[in-house]
Amino acid sequence: MASHYHLVSKFWREIPHRYNLIGTRCGECKTVYFPPRNVCPKCRRSSIGKMKEYKLKGKGKIYSYTIVHVAPEAFEDEIPYIIAIVKLDEGPMVTSQIVDCNLDEVKIGMPVEMAFRKIQEDGDTGAIYYGYKFRPIKR
Amino acid sequence: MRDVAVIGIGLTKFGELWEKSFRDLITEAGIKAIEDAGISGREIDGIYVGSMSAGRFVGQEHVGALVADSAGLIGVPSTRVESACASGGLAFRQAYLAVASGMHDMVVVGGVEKMTDVVSAEATNTLATAADQEWESFFGVTFPALYALIATRHMHEYGTTREQLAQVAVKNHANGVLNPNAHFKRKITLEDVLNSSPVAYPLRLLDCSPVSDGAAAVILCPLKDAKKYTDKIVKIRASGQASDTLALYSREDICTFKSTVLASKMAYKQAKIRSKDVDVAEVHDCFTIAEILAIEDLGFFRKGEGGKAVEEGLTEMDGTIPVNTSGGLKAKGHPVGATGVAQIAEIVMQLRGEADKRQVKDAEIGLTHNIGGSGASCVVHILEVV
Repeated sequence: MASHYHLVSKFWREIPHRYNLIGTRCGECKTVYFPPRNVCPKCRRSSIGKMKEYKLKGKGKIYSYTIVHVAPEAFEDEIPYIIAIVKLDEGPMVTSQIVDCNLDEVKIGMPVEMAFRKIQEDGDTGAIYYGYKFRPIKR
Repeated sequence: MRDVAVIGIGLTKFGELWEKSFRDLITEAGIKAIEDAGISGREIDGIYVGSMSAGRFVGQEHVGALVADSAGLIGVPSTRVESACASGGLAFRQAYLAVASGMHDMVVVGGVEKMTDVVSAEATNTLATAADQEWESFFGVTFPALYALIATRHMHEYGTTREQLAQVAVKNHANGVLNPNAHFKRKITLEDVLNSSPVAYPLRLLDCSPVSDGAAAVILCPLKDAKKYTDKIVKIRASGQASDTLALYSREDICTFKSTVLASKMAYKQAKIRSKDVDVAEVHDCFTIAEILAIEDLGFFRKGEGGKAVEEGLTEMDGTIPVNTSGGLKAKGHPVGATGVAQIAEIVMQLRGEADKRQVKDAEIGLTHNIGGSGASCVVHILEVV
């Protein structure tokens, strides 16, 4: 959680992943991972040195969802909000807020795409943290 | 490996215990266990303590030494074990391994959490540290939300109903009424659950276990020495443990806890029994959906049929497999580090025939199931009266 006793390095080192959905792909079995992994759990030692950066397209479908009514302080202003596990087209799943979507519209199987948004802020004077949320793909 | 027995158990009351400190609680449970075992305390040559987050709940780390000190066992090797909500179960497993290996001859295992010295928002944030902080919590995912994601998917895949989830809480509250140590000793109805305030759809307040203070302790020694101390010897038949991905989204199927499947397989194999041989079970019902997952993944019911089994009363006190006779985490309370050890204590009471109004008739084999986080850790134990 963001709070005044965390230094910003904790956040900027994740910028490529949280801003641009950069994961990794195993050079051995070609499985794509998000967030990035240093070792492929399938290939283990033979994947070492072969995990390459891989940019995900940011499109997928809702695998499961919930509507959060009781939230930590950092998210209290946003309740009720939708949290979903999204299955990305490339295979991996990701947990994210779903925005630009009415609470009664969200459902399993709904096509969604990544949106770049503010996630939280470190009080009134600290850093603002950005990252991905997902929104319904309008037809 | 030597056979190991549980010869003593001790429990504090669970609940909001404003007048009691972390060290008061664990010392009380430990002394009760020593009294129950009928030992002097001098025999103890090892201590294991399960505590999830003393550092955040009471601002105190280094609780292995603290517990040895406050219990008057200064000098005895003392190890603190952390595995989120499975800390207690894992401490018990470590103690079992220490005695089975021959390294120790008389070990006390404690589990403790003092959760009400911080405001409830901080308690909730601390519990959430069992989830993946960088890729779940950072994005606004709460701990109940993780189990809610499981519930939504389970309802979608298997047709599990909102009422079936609620029935888990109704059953466990009914059992809690019969447990003098329970946090909640009141019956609730299906309507109470369905009308309680929403927490994370589809879960409501009465689907969630409470924030509780409490401690539990048990004493282990080699089976061959156990008859010196007690006539009602409870043997540890098996111990299983497994891990899974820390985050829920990394799994191919969130409706099965692979850690439960693997840990229980390991335990059933060691005990040379099958799931149908279990007479009574304490399972990890931090949320109502968690109990449905547990009874499926432990093999009591087929995948997808857990909700129906609960609805039909098969897990009630007089059902085919009584589950959470103590009231479970839901009604007995969930002082996280204490939970896994308290589960052992309940099963020992059942196997000794000392569970009073909640006694399961002729219980000979009991099982405990303790989960950490959203299933990333699981510890299963099988006990038998000999």
